[in-house]
Amino acid sequence: MMAATDTLAAPPRAATRPTPAIRRRRRPGIGNVVWGVVAWLVGILFFFPVLWMVLSSFKTEAAAYTNVPQFVFSPTLAEYRHVFSSGVGSYFLNSAIATVVSVVAVLLLGTPAAFALSLRPIKKTSDALFFFLSTKMLPIVAAIIPLFVAAEAVHMLDNVWTLVILYTAMNLPIAVWMMRSFLLEVPSELLEAAEMDGARLWRSLREVILPVVSPGLAATALICAIFAWNEFFFAVNITAARAATVPVFLVGFISSQGLYWAQLAAAATIATLPVVLAGWVAQRQLVRGLSFGAIK
Amino acid sequence: MSDRTLSRRSFLGGAAAAVALAACGKASASRASPVTLRVAIVSNSQMDDAISLSPVFEHQHPGIRLKFVNLPENEARAKITADVATQGGEFDVVMISNYETPLWAKNGWIVDLQPYIDRTPGYDAADFVPRIRSSLSYNGHLYSVPFYGESSFVMYRKDLFDRAGVVMPTHPTWLDVVRLAKRFHDPRSGHYGIVLRGDPGWGENLAPIDTVINAFGGRWYNMRWEAQLTTPQVKSAVGTYIETVRAYGEPGASADGFTECGTLYSQGDAAMWYDATSATSVIEDPASSKVVGKNGYAWAPTQTGKPSGWLYTWSLSMPTTCSHRQQAWEFMAWMTSKSYIELVGHRLGWSHVPPGSRLSSYRIPQYRELSRRYGPLTLQSIQAADPKHPTVRPVPYTGVQFLDIPEFQDLGQLVSEQFSAAIAGQTSVEAALAQSQEYAQTVGATYRHR
Repeated sequence: MMAATDTLAAPPRAATRPTPAIRRRRRPGIGNVVWGVVAWLVGILFFFPVLWMVLSSFKTEAAAYTNVPQFVFSPTLAEYRHVFSSGVGSYFLNSAIATVVSVVAVLLLGTPAAFALSLRPIKKTSDALFFFLSTKMLPIVAAIIPLFVAAEAVHMLDNVWTLVILYTAMNLPIAVWMMRSFLLEVPSELLEAAEMDGARLWRSLREVILPVVSPGLAATALICAIFAWNEFFFAVNITAARAATVPVFLVGFISSQGLYWAQLAAAATIATLPVVLAGWVAQRQLVRGLSFGAIK
Repeated sequence: MSDRTLSRRSFLGGAAAAVALAACGKASASRASPVTLRVAIVSNSQMDDAISLSPVFEHQHPGIRLKFVNLPENEARAKITADVATQGGEFDVVMISNYETPLWAKNGWIVDLQPYIDRTPGYDAADFVPRIRSSLSYNGHLYSVPFYGESSFVMYRKDLFDRAGVVMPTHPTWLDVVRLAKRFHDPRSGHYGIVLRGDPGWGENLAPIDTVINAFGGRWYNMRWEAQLTTPQVKSAVGTYIETVRAYGEPGASADGFTECGTLYSQGDAAMWYDATSATSVIEDPASSKVVGKNGYAWAPTQTGKPSGWLYTWSLSMPTTCSHRQQAWEFMAWMTSKSYIELVGHRLGWSHVPPGSRLSSYRIPQYRELSRRYGPLTLQSIQAADPKHPTVRPVPYTGVQFLDIPEFQDLGQLVSEQFSAAIAGQTSVEAALAQSQEYAQTVGATYRHR
């Protein structure tokens, strides 16, 4: 006991002092420093527009336009008041409905498809996967006229459910490919073991597979939600007064007369908040999902 | 960590509940709602004013609710055109210009407003600026009613001119403008001789350039619809504009439109700006301009003596698909009435008054005083614009800064891209005009065979 205590109380010096080899690993080399600086610069470069947007949203229009940009200024909430008095609520509601419902639909449709294409591959799996991908090759602008005419024919113009259908179709290939890559990381022995234990397919899927790929599911959901939330082209062409979404609301602040940077920055800051919040809520799952399989 | 997870779950639960509650609220609200008019407008400061004052209309008309869709000009034009042309029925009231109004009236896409005007006491359509009124008429009937109207003129920094002992002629020529731009151009100090539009678009750089073509006696087509974009007059006009902006204009002008030019001028970075008369709402706005009260105004430059200012108006019209026509008219009448102008003046300030639509606006003492330096010239410029005879030689089309033919949206875009490329230095003026001539010949051929 004493010996054990001694061992714990006075560990060998080598255990407290890192070995030269470990020290070398911990001391950053010149290359690491350079890459670190580059990483910080790139990070700042990417983040700066966002910072500038937020700063501009608290300026007056005149201050937002100054030729020498102002970093020190008297902040004002005037532009936020202007944005909130412009009826932002219905746009947010439409965006929320179109995003949430389409993401749920995408996951419900895409996950079984990805399961079939990964854990239960068939002879033409690669053809099926290519088909999914090929739907993303057509420029959206090429499809807008048929879509517009079709929506008009069935009286679905300016209807949020039209957006739900379009966003589901738009994100489904992405979800299938993403979920397939996550499902490929699941050892097939897991499924076989569940089957040997008598679990049927639905139960295996629900109780064995889904918990394992839940980070991937979260990552897929977030990516699809971001795409749906930010989508502008369909929204501006298919919707009008009733079903217009946040991106359509946003461009309304681009004025053909007068200054508009500050009000646009305020509206853009508000518009990005839900995506940022969603990322914050799902960040742990998201990081795990995006690095899924990277360690193996 | 568990607290954090819990807070995220709480947040998600709260958000879901909020969406559900809002959805229920929306559903119940729509069941009880009165007639809702869907109004498509172009986003700018005057339309923002109209939106902010719309509760006044809704209070006066309890059975009518308004739902605005405001988009930037290009998006709004595309959206409204698609809806009206396909009879989509998404909007009850749309904002269009004097380019669309006669074309769409001829196509039967928009409602003849004359019967509504005739049975609305006190509306006083005769008070509309005559040139604006006629540009929105088809077969003598108004098919849209003007919200504001504009021509073009030269804005210049009178304080700088006075200090330098230089005088801007009341009717300058383009040679005067070039000379003065050279005089004040000092790019090293961030001061440019002139700011001009270069951004592609038939409503962007082509608007001023078309007036220069007219000013030099050029034209798009002769009476046999043969393209005339490589004639000496057009070469001289386009060359003058492009060389001026390249030599004495703002850097990066090929990407600058009305807004960018207005920003530069209102921040005190330019000595002159040739653009819309409605730009006074930007440069004379104390909230955003540093040059308020320092400006002088002169007629649109010309070389032939014929006035060359453009004619443009944003107006309200009613698609034939509108199912609430009386209610839609009540709103249109309110937004284009004399009382609306009074309302804007008293509630938001007289600098917010939509200019160039009604003659009576310029008789309101407060507005007359406020606009004393540019108001009369605005009215005179609008009245002097002649869409049927935009240049000294006869033309087979109508329109000053556009050709009122359906093909012009595409043709104008293509030609404006050529001019923008020339401003950017990516092509020469000659090459840009030669390519534009080919585009114009293609369109002209379709009219020659009619």
